[in-house]
Amino acid sequence: MIGLLKRDLALAIRAGGGFGLSLAFFLIFTALVPFGIGPETGRLADMAPGLLWLGALLACLLSLDRIFQLDWEDGSLDLLATSPLPLEGLAAIKALAHWLTTGLPLVVAAPILGLMLNLPGPAYLPLIASLLAGTPALSAIGTFGAALTVGIKRGGLLLSLLVLPLYVPTLIFGALAATRGAQGLDSTVPLVLTLGITLGCLALLPFAAAAVLRVNLR
Amino acid sequence: MALTVTDLACARGPAQVLANVSFSVAVGEALILRGPNGAGKTTLLRTLAGLTPPMSGSINHVEGAIAYAAHADGLKSQLTVFENLMFWAQVFGTSSTAHAIEAFDLAALAHRRAGELSAGQKRRLSLARILVTGRPIWCLDEPTVSLDAENTTRFAATVKAHLANGGSAVIATHIDLGLPTARVLDITPFIAKGLSQADPFAEALS
Repeated sequence: MIGLLKRDLALAIRAGGGFGLSLAFFLIFTALVPFGIGPETGRLADMAPGLLWLGALLACLLSLDRIFQLDWEDGSLDLLATSPLPLEGLAAIKALAHWLTTGLPLVVAAPILGLMLNLPGPAYLPLIASLLAGTPALSAIGTFGAALTVGIKRGGLLLSLLVLPLYVPTLIFGALAATRGAQGLDSTVPLVLTLGITLGCLALLPFAAAAVLRVNLR
Repeated sequence: MALTVTDLACARGPAQVLANVSFSVAVGEALILRGPNGAGKTTLLRTLAGLTPPMSGSINHVEGAIAYAAHADGLKSQLTVFENLMFWAQVFGTSSTAHAIEAFDLAALAHRRAGELSAGQKRRLSLARILVTGRPIWCLDEPTVSLDAENTTRFAATVKAHLANGGSAVIATHIDLGLPTARVLDITPFIAKGLSQADPFAEALS
């Protein structure tokens, strides 16, 4: 298990890996927002929490098709499926590796990019907390979606269509936590709900992902 | 018997490919699968490896005894030869890669990235992976593709040593490996005829 995690991290960081892709997308997205909706700081501050959450979510979506597709193409997914590693464990490790290389960098980058959108001071902590609580769910749901579409050529579109509706609850509660923080309100309830969704996803989806992988590898 | 297959029917996707396959492989024995292209050698090996569930019939062997090698090498081009082997050693819970590196003469290539290797060198690395798994029953799908004569001999010697150590092997290949304890199984008689019975639509139409 640790070996697989180390390999996936090494692959993501080395040349040709997907490590910088999501981060660069998040940066570009945030940099372009003021051009799209105007540079008025008041309006930007109102929208910043939601926009940052949306940017992080879309950046996450961008990297999902790499989770299983590369392993499937070079045949190592077949070999992993015949190894002593349970597919449930494989799916969980893949989700963890995706979060470490995509979700975590987005969480770290969000407060810096918040400056560019004039994010109000009290919103920083709820934003970081809600992203920390919510992005693991994005990785877990994404891993399930990637398992569903593995083996489909150009499956990225189908993957996005399948995964986006499942991302909505996390987006609603995560962005709400940050927005309430920006308004100086208590954001405990949406934070707890975001965390609840994440824990539910982490508990259930590796099993679902393993089940669909088993079908797709036939 | 290391591996016993009884009345096995295998499917690829919705279509039944093989029917009534029965054979057994003893400890120390190699079974060479023969058959024309598309006969179902790969499907049979995937079923043996547990990737495809059998439509009917049974496969009996010790749990977790089969090491499978497919057409695809399953290598990561960004990782070095050594890192690739080490990864599989970790996955299979074996610690040593030295014997595999030696058996396929990979020492000089150990720190080259797999992406920089030639097709034959990649194949040697992917065969070395089988040694690293430490499993007794090898299911190999066209293992000698892109190997030169010298390395084919090296591979045959490795299989011989594996069989002598109490292992067994099922190998789909078109060439003669010169294994003394090998039996040849032609799968042509097992090819399923007529409409695929696994496909409910085809069944309804017939």
